[in-house]
Amino acid sequence: MADPLGGAGRLPAVFMTPGTSSFTDFLSQSAPHLLPGAQGGLPGPVTEVAHGTTIVAVTFPGGVIMAGDRRATQGHMIAQRDVEKVHHADDFSCVGYAGTAGVGAELIRLFQVELEHYEKIEGATLSLDAKANRLAAMVKGNLPMALQGLAVVPLFAGYDPDLDKGRIFSYDIAAAKSEERTYESIGSGSVFAKGSLKKLFRADQSQADAVRIALEALYDAADDDSATGGPDSIRKLYPIVASVTSDGYRRYGDDEVEPVVTAIIADRSTSAGG
Amino acid sequence: MTMPFGYASPEQQVRDKSEYARKGIARGRSVVVITYADGILFVAENPSATLHKISEIYDRIAFAAVGKYNEFENLRTAGIRLMDSRGYMYDRRDVTSRALANAYAQTLGAIFTESVKPYEVEIVVAEVGRTSGDDKIYKLTFDGSIADERGFVAIGGASDQVTTSLKEHHRDGQPLADALRVAVRALTVSVPPGLPQNGERVLTEANLEVGMLDRTRSRRQFKRIAGTALAELLAQTATSS
Repeated sequence: MADPLGGAGRLPAVFMTPGTSSFTDFLSQSAPHLLPGAQGGLPGPVTEVAHGTTIVAVTFPGGVIMAGDRRATQGHMIAQRDVEKVHHADDFSCVGYAGTAGVGAELIRLFQVELEHYEKIEGATLSLDAKANRLAAMVKGNLPMALQGLAVVPLFAGYDPDLDKGRIFSYDIAAAKSEERTYESIGSGSVFAKGSLKKLFRADQSQADAVRIALEALYDAADDDSATGGPDSIRKLYPIVASVTSDGYRRYGDDEVEPVVTAIIADRSTSAGG
Repeated sequence: MTMPFGYASPEQQVRDKSEYARKGIARGRSVVVITYADGILFVAENPSATLHKISEIYDRIAFAAVGKYNEFENLRTAGIRLMDSRGYMYDRRDVTSRALANAYAQTLGAIFTESVKPYEVEIVVAEVGRTSGDDKIYKLTFDGSIADERGFVAIGGASDQVTTSLKEHHRDGQPLADALRVAVRALTVSVPPGLPQNGERVLTEANLEVGMLDRTRSRRQFKRIAGTALAELLAQTATSS
C-alpha cells in the first residue's frame, strides 16, 4: 500500500485538492486511521487506564489563568506524579483536560495542530469562538469512546482581542459548550475547587491574585479529593500554571509557582480548618 | 514506421513544455532567498499584502515561489498538509525539508510528464539549522529538477541578473540588515518584465514581502516582517551601507 503521507512519489490527489483549512478534516480524508477514536468499537467498557484529574481556570481583567494538578490515577493507584494537563493551544489560548489521559493527550495534540494548520494555510488566526467550536467538534468525535468508559473533557481558555478580555469555555462529553465568565473547574476535584473559587473570586483581582486563588482552589481539591495531587515539595512538583493576556500565552516557571504554593501552605498551617 | 497525424517526438514535447513554462515564469518578478548570521531571509517583490509568495511551512521550514499564483498556492497548501501530517504522525523534530523537497520534485515531475500543461512555477524550500552550516536551501523548477543551493538563490523572471548581483555582494554570516540590503539591491538591478529598463524603481515596505527563518526563535522560527517594522529595517540598511 502506498504511504498515505506521500512517502515516495507524487503527492496523492487529496493533498492537491483545494478546499479545507482544517487539519482534522484533511486527515479524515488522507489518513483516517491517525484520528483519535479510529480504532472502532471496543469489546467492552475500559476502566483500568490512567485518568487526569483537576483543572481550574480563573479570569481577571485583561486575561485568564489556567492551572492543573500533576496527578494521574489508575483506579486507586497513582499512575503518574508529574503529568502535565495544561497546554499551550496557540499564542492566545491554552487548553487542559480531565479524564482518560491517553485520549486527552491525543485530543490536545490534534487541537494544537488544527489551530496552527489553519493559521498557516489562511495566514490568519481563528477567532476565540471558532477555536472553542473546533474543540467542541473534536470532543463530539470522542463520544462513542466516552460511552465505553474512555471519557475526556477539555477546558479551554484564551484572550479575546476583539473584547480585550480572558474567556473560559467548558464542555461535557457530548460536547455541549458553555462559556464561563468568572471561573471554572473540571475533573474529579472540581466540586471542591469551585467551592473554593466561589469564596475567593473578585472581579477586579490582579493577575497575581488570580494565580493565588487558582492554586488555593487546587489545594482545596487535593485536600478533599483523593485523585487530585497536592503540591509535592519533596519532589519539587508544583501545579502547572499558564496565563493568557494581550501579550500572549505564558507558562509560569516552577520558581514563580513555588513561592505562591509555599505562602498558601504557611497561611493554612495557622488555620485550624486547614 | 508510419507516424500518426500530429505526432510530436518526446524530445519535441519536452522542449515545447519547457519553453511554455519558462515563458510563464519569466513574466513574474523575482524572489531572493539568502542566508544571514541567525537564519535565512526571504525577500520578494510583491505589491500585494495578502497574496503571499513567501510562507511558513513548519517550525524550521519555509517556502517561496514565483509563477502562477493558483499553482504555487496549491503546492504550498499541499506542503503544509504533508508536513503537519508528518509532525502529527511522528514528532515535530522528524519533519524535514528534504522530505518536502522530494515530494515537490516528484509532484512537479509527474505533472510535467503527464499533463498537457506543466506548472509555471519555481519554488524554494528552505530549512534553518541549529548553526549556519546546517541551513538547507533547495530550488525546484517546473519539471521537477531539484538543486541544493548554498548561501543564496534567486527565482523568477530576471533570476540571472539577480543571481549575478547576489554572487557579488553576498557574504557568509552577514548581519540581517546587510542580507536585506544585498537582496533588495539584487532585486532592484533586475529589469522587471514589461519595463524596457530599470529606471527609478524604488523598493519600499509597500512593494516588498519579507520573511525570515530565525534560529534564535523558539519552536516556530518563521517570522514575517511588514509595515513599520520593515520600514525601520529598510532604514537601517540604508544607514549601514
